[in-house]
Parts: sequence; structure tokens; C-alpha cells
Amino acid sequence: MSDAVVSNSDKQGAQPTHAAHGWFSRALDSDLFYSFRRSKLTMVAAAITVLFFLLAIFASVLAVQNPFDPAQLQLINSRISPLWTADGQSPFLLGTDEQGRDVLSAILYGMRISLAVGVAGVIFAGALGIALGLIAGYFGGAVDSVIMRIADVQLTFPAILIALLVNGIAKSILGNRLDATSMLAVLVISIGLSFWVGYARTVRSSVMVEKNKDYVAAAQLIGLPAPKIMLRHVLPNTMGPILVIATINLALAIITEATLSFLGVGLPDTMPSLGTLIRIGNNYLFAGEWWIVAFPGLALAALILSINLLGDWLRDALNPKLR
Amino acid sequence: MTEPVLSVRDLHVEFASRRGTLRAIDGVSFDIAKGEVLGVVGESGAGKSVTGLSVIGLIDPPGRIAGGEIHLAGLRIDNLPPEEMRRIRGKRIGMIFQDPLTSLNPLYRVGDQIVETIRTHLNLSETAARRRAIDLLAEVGIPAPEKRIDGYPHEFSGGMRQRVVIALAICAEPELIIADEPTTALDVSVQAQIISLIKRLGRDHGTAVMLVTHDMGVIAETSDRVAVMYAGRIAEIGPVQDVVKNPLHPYAKGLMGAIPTLAGEDKRLVQIPGSMPRLSAIPRGCSFNPRCAFAFDRCRVERPEPLPRGAQSVACHLYDNLPAESAA
Amino acid sequence: MLAFTLRRAVQAIGVMFAVGIIAFSMFRFAGDPVNQIVSIDTSAAERAIVRKSLGLDDPVPVQFVRYFADAAQFKFGVSYQFRQPVSALLSERMPATLELAICATVFAMVFGILMGVYSALKRDTVLAKLFQAISLIGISLPTFLIGILLIYLFAVTLGWLPSFGRGEVVKLGWWTTGLLTLSGLKALIMPSITLGLFQMTLIMRLVRAEMLEVLRTDYIRFARARGLTTRAIHFGHALKNTLIPVITVAGLQFGSVIAFSIITETVFQWPGMGLLFVQAVQNVDIPIMAAYLLMVSLIFVTINLVVDILYTVVDPRLRSTVGRAA
Repeated sequence: MSDAVVSNSDKQGAQPTHAAHGWFSRALDSDLFYSFRRSKLTMVAAAITVLFFLLAIFASVLAVQNPFDPAQLQLINSRISPLWTADGQSPFLLGTDEQGRDVLSAILYGMRISLAVGVAGVIFAGALGIALGLIAGYFGGAVDSVIMRIADVQLTFPAILIALLVNGIAKSILGNRLDATSMLAVLVISIGLSFWVGYARTVRSSVMVEKNKDYVAAAQLIGLPAPKIMLRHVLPNTMGPILVIATINLALAIITEATLSFLGVGLPDTMPSLGTLIRIGNNYLFAGEWWIVAFPGLALAALILSINLLGDWLRDALNPKLR
Repeated sequence: MTEPVLSVRDLHVEFASRRGTLRAIDGVSFDIAKGEVLGVVGESGAGKSVTGLSVIGLIDPPGRIAGGEIHLAGLRIDNLPPEEMRRIRGKRIGMIFQDPLTSLNPLYRVGDQIVETIRTHLNLSETAARRRAIDLLAEVGIPAPEKRIDGYPHEFSGGMRQRVVIALAICAEPELIIADEPTTALDVSVQAQIISLIKRLGRDHGTAVMLVTHDMGVIAETSDRVAVMYAGRIAEIGPVQDVVKNPLHPYAKGLMGAIPTLAGEDKRLVQIPGSMPRLSAIPRGCSFNPRCAFAFDRCRVERPEPLPRGAQSVACHLYDNLPAESAA
Repeated sequence: MLAFTLRRAVQAIGVMFAVGIIAFSMFRFAGDPVNQIVSIDTSAAERAIVRKSLGLDDPVPVQFVRYFADAAQFKFGVSYQFRQPVSALLSERMPATLELAICATVFAMVFGILMGVYSALKRDTVLAKLFQAISLIGISLPTFLIGILLIYLFAVTLGWLPSFGRGEVVKLGWWTTGLLTLSGLKALIMPSITLGLFQMTLIMRLVRAEMLEVLRTDYIRFARARGLTTRAIHFGHALKNTLIPVITVAGLQFGSVIAFSIITETVFQWPGMGLLFVQAVQNVDIPIMAAYLLMVSLIFVTINLVVDILYTVVDPRLRSTVGRAA
């Protein structure tokens, strides 16, 4: 993937000041948009993704209750099956769990948390990866080999293992001071530290290419700071692939958060994400109360599948060579 | 005159693509007689290789033979069922590709690949096939064949690998060999050896050879006749001495002008201006007209058909109204 | 060949060294080893004595060497939760994890290769498209959801398979196996599928891509020009060339399978190392976390090394170039 990036950057080097704008408009009015409109599956996936984001953002308006507020939960309403079944009760469209929490409301709020952690994790991973990639590519030598060696080693370990380790260490250091909010931060950091490698590699290879170009030497000759100039070339050129990595990572980050929460080391039951909801619901599966786990599971699967489809399409569209 | 080994009549090959159908071969006809070497020359993209591949039935989708006929010793082969065509490939038609480095499967011993091919086509035992494989390797000039037969392809040099490829092409005594740029990927010093090997094998076994190349020098050295292709058509075809010494088509003249000679060191090599059109943008009329110094109005509207001129045949309007003798 | 192996071995030792530093830092700084010995109401003075006796006042490099020397003998300290040596806990649970990981890998390889070859050779058939769809779902569904789905179908609804545990196991020396009893085998089915599904998807995609790539190569074109049968070309030439990179990747993936079994083991309450590790993270049992990291890394590094060496044995090109370089 990074090779294609490099060849892309060659063409752009000619017009540095318009590079960002050039990439953006070129992408929009040419193949990208064309292939988007051609693929029905992608359009559906995009629609679902946007819908889920909107649902998450407006969760507090749409939900019939705030599932995080224990005062709003009533035990009389516990374990109600979905509305269309014989025992269904309004307004609990998808039923309730054993604490009387409306499943649909819990999904909306859980989606908000899953997406927030996912997006924050991706941003953190991206910032870390881009920074380390720039440093490794620009300084080269020992700095480069240390960073890339760490990347190599880390890449052989699955992200979930790293996230679990970071999680465990953070807990051990923070001890009792760990509440739901700081747990969010721990999750974001665990995910960020698991996924920075892809960004770092892409940015580094782009820096390596730009570094040897004549304009960098020329800029240095006339006393301009080379790093600043390179940054203006490297970042726009790597935008495409970084977007692809970020999209695919968003799906992975959401899976990782859900998995951690499912394993009981993520968000607590008082602030459930989709993964927490699935863990809670899983306990009622044997009692036949399938809806407590089925709907959060379905929501999570649909969300990840849509984002993955978008990522696949984006990768193919920005990188026709891969086909 | 006896029946030609290969007879191609009005061949059309098309490739379906996103931007519509591209015509890679547009009405090509030629014959190759027993023991004859036909050189096919032209720039890359002129349709030389596609012609060779259609003869052996290896045009892959989205490409297809859209018209015309191909006969092998009287048998029509362009419309045979795949399984029957497979039996002809390797047995009655051998093929040599451009790059010997990539033509052999790197994971199999050279001998295994030869034995596999022999036993696919001839009813021989494993040991008999192996003996034949050693003989073949000896025949194509590989020293110590009984040892080298157990080597892997990467243990052979480029020239030696091409010899192995040739051994594979002739292992069932085919009537026709199609050699697609057999020397292009080789060192200059090895090229001559491979060319003379192909020539010798053709002579010894009476095999007809279709030699595809962009190198006029190779053609002049090896071929009996030559076909000059341009943009999917044959511009000129004829005995090699005639075409080299007295090319008729303006494009052939340009090509011959581009052959360096030892004698005329002071002359600059002639260059043909411009480049061959892409298949999606072939001009109307004669496809060569935008690059032709002699083009006139008719060339821009009407496609020239092949005209016999002595032993040669040329597709050019310049010769249409001239009496045969005063050509060129 | 020898030089190549040595170079790889040195790299492997380097990785283990780096992981060792991380594990040591966790053991020493994130967790307090004193906690392994004492209870909550131990006085500060007593703690100081324990601290001294554990050598925690020694210079850090000395402690590191000691930790490493202990780890090399599989001494990883004492678990906070169980008050038992970590090595005993790990070795008791290792057979369960390895058995599960092997079954999952076999499942993934067999079905991944079959589906991959099929969808490469019959690209436009309905079945091939179905396989592609399955692969997308396999990548998109989180492992634990697949496990829950299987449990709901085959344990809750149909009642065919057990939903948790290993079933009956047979002791073979220190190893325990579920492969020799019917209930053990039944218990293996769902966890193996759950754990192997992601790898299967990966292998299928890889086989398909590699095979399509190989089918485009010159030597396949030449094999067709030689008139070989489609069978010989597809299953002799193309498959052999496809499988070399695929087996390499699958071998390398075995380490991830072991790590991913953390999730599967939790879903199915499978008494393996992964479940132990999750419990350790939940209860901040640092010695187990550090030991698990070391063990999994050791397995990873060993597999990488073995695969690298095997690769040179299988591929004649590498064999001789490597030999020449040596």
C-alpha cells in the first residue's frame, strides 16, 4: 500500500502549495465519487454508518430513558420482551434487561460510547503514529531503527493482547482511583497504543521519498527549514492512505473496545458500551431472554460491517493498483 | 504447392474493455510452409504477440477471436473445443516465450517439467520419458544433461534456461514453433546462439517457425519470409531479402532505415516520427497515415487492402494505380 | 544456511530480550512483588524486611538479571490471587490452550485453503461469491459474538454441544487431553470454530489472492502452452506455488491464534492460559500477566524461527541463495 502512496506523491511534488486542495478535489470529482455511486453496497454501508453516528449523537433525544441513570430504571419493568412479542410493553421497543433498562436506549447510549472510544482511539493512534513516522523518517539512523524495530515487534502481537496489557498496567498503577471516566481514557490509550504502527510506516516511507528530493536540498540551501517544507508535502500526500488505515482501524478499534468490555476489563456496567451490553446480556441467554444480547450484538455487527465495507471501498478506490 | 503448415485467414481479435471493444488484430492473413521461418516484426502493441497467442489458442478473456480462420496442416483449429486444442498445444504447436527466467516453474526440477510435458503428449514410461528428456537437453546444447536434468531452474543461466524452454517446446516434435521474442530478454552474446539453435532445429526437423520479434536484425538473419505488422494489420509481407533490400510500405521503409549497418557508418539512422496509435484511437483510413510522409487524401478515408507486388504484398494506396513492375 | 539461521536466532533473542525488559518492568514497577508475599494488613516494617529479602533494594540491573535467570527456569513468582507459583498455574492450563489452538488452526487451514482455491478457480460462481461474503462477515464479526451465536444455536436451542468447559479430559503425564473422549471432542468443536473462523477468513483471502497471482505468471502461461491438462496446471503447478507463502503466513498466525484464544476461552469458559490471563487483568495479578507475556512471546518467536527455517527448506530458490550467502 505504501508504494502506491509514494508514486502518488511524485506527481504532487510539482505544486506544493496546492497539494492539499489538489488531492481533495481530484479525489472528489474523479474516480472516488464515481466508484462510490457505482457501488450500491458501499452506499448502503455509508448510509448505515452515517445513521449510526447520528443515532449516537442524538441518543439523549431519541432514547425513552437514560440507561446510565439508575434513578430512571424501575425493576417492575425488568426482563420485558420486545414489543412485537406476546409480552411486549410500550415504550420498550426492543425489550428491557433485568434492571429494567430499555434495550434500545442502552444500544443508543452504548453506540455513543463505542463510537466515541473508537474515534478517540483512532485519533490518538493516528497522532502517535504520524508523529513517530515523521521522526523516524526525518532523523533516520538509530532513532529510525529503534522506532521501526518496536513497530515490527509490536506488529507480530495481536492488538487485543497489547490493549489488555496496557489496560492491566494502567489499572495496577491507578489502583482505586479508576472510575468510569478515567477508564474511558485508559481504553483510548490502550487502543491508541495498539494501532499506531500502520500510520507510522506509511508516513515514514513517504518522508523517506521526499527527503531525497531536490527541493528539500534547495530549501536548505536558501536557509529555509527543511522539516517545515517537507511536512507540507508529506502530510497531504499521505492523506489518502491514512484515511484508509483510519477507516479500517475505526472498525478494529470498536471491536477492540467491545472485546475489552466483553472480557470485563473495559467499561463498567454503570456506563455500558455495546460490548458491556453483550457481556451482560450473555448471562441471560440460557434463560431464553435472547433480546438482551441479540440486539446490541446485531447493532455492533452492522456497525463494524458497514465501516469495513467503507474501508474496503476506500482502499480500492484510492488505490486502483491493488485490484 | 503443398499445403502450408499454418494458414491464417482474415484473423480478427478483439478485447472487450470498459471503454468498448478494442480491435487488436484486424484482418491478418499469412501462411507458413513446412521448414519455413516466418519473421513477424513490428513495434510493441502492433499485434505480433496476440497473433502468436491466437494461433496456439491462448487468448484469454476479455480477448477473443472475433473472426477469420486458422488452419494447422489443413485442420481448422480456431474453433476447436478447449480440450482438443489443449492436446494440440505442446504436441503439434510448440511455443517459446520471451522471458526464460519466468517461463519455468521455480519449484520444480527442470527434468520433471520436461518429463511431465513428454508424458502428457506421448505414451512413454517414466524412464523412457526421462531418457528422451536427457536427449532433448543434449540436442539444445546443454552440457552434461544427465546431471543438469535434476537441477532447478534458478541454477541455470538465462541462455541455458531459454535452451530448456526450447527443449520443452520441441519435446513432442511439433510441426510448428511459435517463438515470441525468444531473445529479447537475453544478453547480446547469447542471442545469436539461441537464434542459430532455433534455426538449426527448424531445419533438422522440418518444423515451421513463426518468429515474433521487434528486432529486424534477428529477422534478417533467420527468416525466410517476413511480415511487417502495424496497428493490428500486416503492412507488408514477402521474402526477407526483398523486404529488407526493397521495402515497399512507407512504414517498412522506415523500419529498414532503422537497421544499423557496418558499411554506412556516416549515415544517420532514420527515425519514424511519432508513435503507433493506441488501440482505442486508431485513425480512420490507413492507420499509418498520421506518421506517413507520403499520405494523401485517400489514405485518410479508405483502408488499404493488401496488393501483390512481385513476391511481396503491400497494403498501401501508393501502389494501387501503379503497374506492378515500377513499384517503389 | 547456517549463517542465516544464526542471524535469525540472534534476532529472536533480541526480541525476547526486549519483551523481557517489558515483563520485568511490569513485574517490578507496575506491580509490587512484596504483595506476592504479604497480606494487606502487614506493617511497613515487615514489608521492608520482605523487600530486602526479595532483593528489591539491589540495583535494577541486578534485579533484571535475577528475574531473567528465574524466568529462564520458568520461575515467574507467585500469583496475587491464587497464592500459587505462576509457573504451576500456567503449565496446568497450557495443554487446554495448545489443544484448542491446534484444532482451530487445522480447521482454519483445511477450510481456508479449500474455499480459497475454489473461489480463485471458479471466480464468478455463486458459491465463490458466497465464500467472499462469508469472509467479509468473518472479518467483521467480533470473535465473542460468533461464540455467543454458536452457543445460542447449538447449545441453547439445539442442545447438541456443551456451551462451556473442556468436557472429560484424559491425563497423559503432565499433559491433559480432551481428544480421547467423546465429550472432550464435542466440547472442542465450537471453541475451535470460533477461534479459527478469523484465521480461516484470512487464509481463504490469501489463498485466493496468491492463486490468482500465480495463475497470471509466465510459467503458468507456458505450462498451458505446453498443453498440460488444466488439472495438472491448477493442482500441480499453481497450488504448490500458492501454498508456500500461505503456509508461512498460517504458521506465523499460530502465535496470534494462541493470543486470540483469550477471547474464545472467556466465551466458552475454557480452562486455558487465556482465561487465566483475562482473570489476571481483571484482578490486576501482575505476575501472571508478565509471565503470560513472556510465554506467548516465546511461542511467537520460536514459531517465527521455525517457519523461517522451514521456508528455506521448502523453497529451492532460497535454499541455494541462502547457501551461497553463507
